[in-house]
Amino acid sequence: MEKDKTFIRPGNFFCPGCPAGIIWKLILKVLGPNCIASIGSTCVGMPAILYPSPLDIPTLHVGMPGPAAALSGISAALEILAEKGKRPARGNINVFAIAGDGGTADIGMAALSGAAERNDNGIYFCFDNEAYMNTGIQRSSLTPRKSWTTTTPVGKFQTKKDLPTIMAAHRIPYVATASLGFPNDFIAKIKKARDLKKGFRYIHILAPCPIGWGFPSEKTVEVSRLAVETGVWPLYEIESGVMRQAQRKTARKPVSQYFRIQKRFAHLTDDEIDAVEAVLRKTETPE
Amino acid sequence: MGVKHGDKKMLTGNYAVAYGARLAQVEVVPAYPITPQTQIMEKLVEFIEKGELKARFVPVESEHSAMTVAIAAQATGARSFTASSSQGLAYMHENLFVASGLRLPLVLAVVNRGLAMPISIHPDQTDSLAERDSGCIQFYAADAQEALDLILQAYRVAEDQDVLLPVMVCLEGFLISHFTEIVEVPDQAEAKDFVGDYTSRHVILDPQRPMHIGILVNEHYYTEYRFQQKQAMDSAKKVIKKVAEEYRARFGRGHGLVESYKTEDAQIVIVTMGALSGVAKLAVDRLREDGIKAGLVRLVAFRPFPKDEIIGCCRAADTVVVLDRNVSLGSSGIIYLEVSSSLCNLSSGPRIYDVILGLGGRDIGQEDIEELVKKLTGRVPDVQDVSWAKVRGAM
Repeated sequence: MEKDKTFIRPGNFFCPGCPAGIIWKLILKVLGPNCIASIGSTCVGMPAILYPSPLDIPTLHVGMPGPAAALSGISAALEILAEKGKRPARGNINVFAIAGDGGTADIGMAALSGAAERNDNGIYFCFDNEAYMNTGIQRSSLTPRKSWTTTTPVGKFQTKKDLPTIMAAHRIPYVATASLGFPNDFIAKIKKARDLKKGFRYIHILAPCPIGWGFPSEKTVEVSRLAVETGVWPLYEIESGVMRQAQRKTARKPVSQYFRIQKRFAHLTDDEIDAVEAVLRKTETPE
Repeated sequence: MGVKHGDKKMLTGNYAVAYGARLAQVEVVPAYPITPQTQIMEKLVEFIEKGELKARFVPVESEHSAMTVAIAAQATGARSFTASSSQGLAYMHENLFVASGLRLPLVLAVVNRGLAMPISIHPDQTDSLAERDSGCIQFYAADAQEALDLILQAYRVAEDQDVLLPVMVCLEGFLISHFTEIVEVPDQAEAKDFVGDYTSRHVILDPQRPMHIGILVNEHYYTEYRFQQKQAMDSAKKVIKKVAEEYRARFGRGHGLVESYKTEDAQIVIVTMGALSGVAKLAVDRLREDGIKAGLVRLVAFRPFPKDEIIGCCRAADTVVVLDRNVSLGSSGIIYLEVSSSLCNLSSGPRIYDVILGLGGRDIGQEDIEELVKKLTGRVPDVQDVSWAKVRGAM
């Protein structure tokens, strides 16, 4: 493998500023080229779904609810074919799924929970842009409270589903949250998931969407970093039930910095933002 | 090479299907239980646990995932098999189009059961017939033996390079699935030799040969994809006949597009499919005793629809009576629609009647069929083209 070889070539259909291109690049840097991907019907799946494709790996797209079950099918097939001597042992091939928050937490939730409960072999990446962006910004169960979407025009009333801990409750070998604002942390987590080799491994990546969230397309990485630095999106991993949170090297930034950079929260009053700040302060781990 | 007869066993239709899948050496079996299908998956798990079948069972959380796993496994190069009934099949619906659109030759057993509401766990073929436009080949077995044979034939048909489509093998719940019959189980080595190994040349998830399976084509290619599926269905007619002949030569039985019974000189031809054909044959014999020249065509394949065979068996008759254990509400029985469209352009075709009967497992006997054939052919002036038999509340 050439040192700087990437398995996503230039030229794709992502919107300007979309984090999906960076995320694909990082995932394939660790897992490619000897892998098979199950693709959700999602923004992040576009390089596999639209022709011509910039991806140099085989992919399967079955439909909205399908990514987790397709991962199970690919792994089951590789295992039995290896056992029968028909294909090389599956240890050589990294099987992963990648889908959006809708395909993961909503329409695909039953299949995801089923695959996790069976502990089927593969890594599942949730590309969480906090709404159904591919159909044009509709709320999902992972849209945060008070966020504007086209189906929550005065802000969402409900709280964001805490999917990573729900996945951890399945007692799977590995759960992690990630941010492309911290690529080395993300890469380390993909490596860890890969090197565990067996079982269902889940990585949840926050994926700021310039169009859906309403921020300038050059600020994707900045917004990603702010989500972590303000404490809105904590980075942690749960390995065999043991939770480890990334240690902050600098003081937590005020949460208003994260909210005020996005139009989807433009209707929030200072008091409402202060209330979030107070909650975060209360739950903060003392130094 | 002579006919090789297998061991005779007492098997239910469900166990016969499971033996069929075992003989086909299926490799990935995702399934979710539903009455009356459940024993198929239970038996396959038993085969796998005992080491009699080298396969992965995936205990999925829904039928939707069962079909997703089957699709993914087949796309990875494994021979896949699953089974379902009624609501479970309906829950797979969108994925049946995925399987056929991706040209994946997986096989699905459907144990026909009424679709809720209200609930009947007994047969109504509307569950599988509602999937007739999904691009899956559909076979309908008349008994347990045929259910086993059709599973083996199904893989050969599905995997033929001129076909490459998924196949449904349908059998009516309880009437076939739970009825114990003598079933001849072919020898494993013979079956393996007949079915062969699955090697995917067209759709395969392989890092050595990366391809993207399941893409967007819009108006540029959608029609061509559909047209190629139509061509595959057309080719399937020839392949089904060829595979049935090979099966017959090897095992002594073979099931092609249709089975015809005493149609050569028939003035009245009954058309039906599945288990109803057993009593319909008895009715044909009794009608002939009464001097009525009756015959029977049983559809083994519903997709592709054997139009030429229907024309061949029915064109000389005065009357065709279709027995539909299904209904397309707002229209008629579904077989009737197909038979009518097959015969409608003949210059002097037969009069075609439809009788909807046996829904939700209502018992239909030979005497019922005799009676309704006599009534329909008696040229009673107020007789309707489409009628329901054995129904309370009919005018």
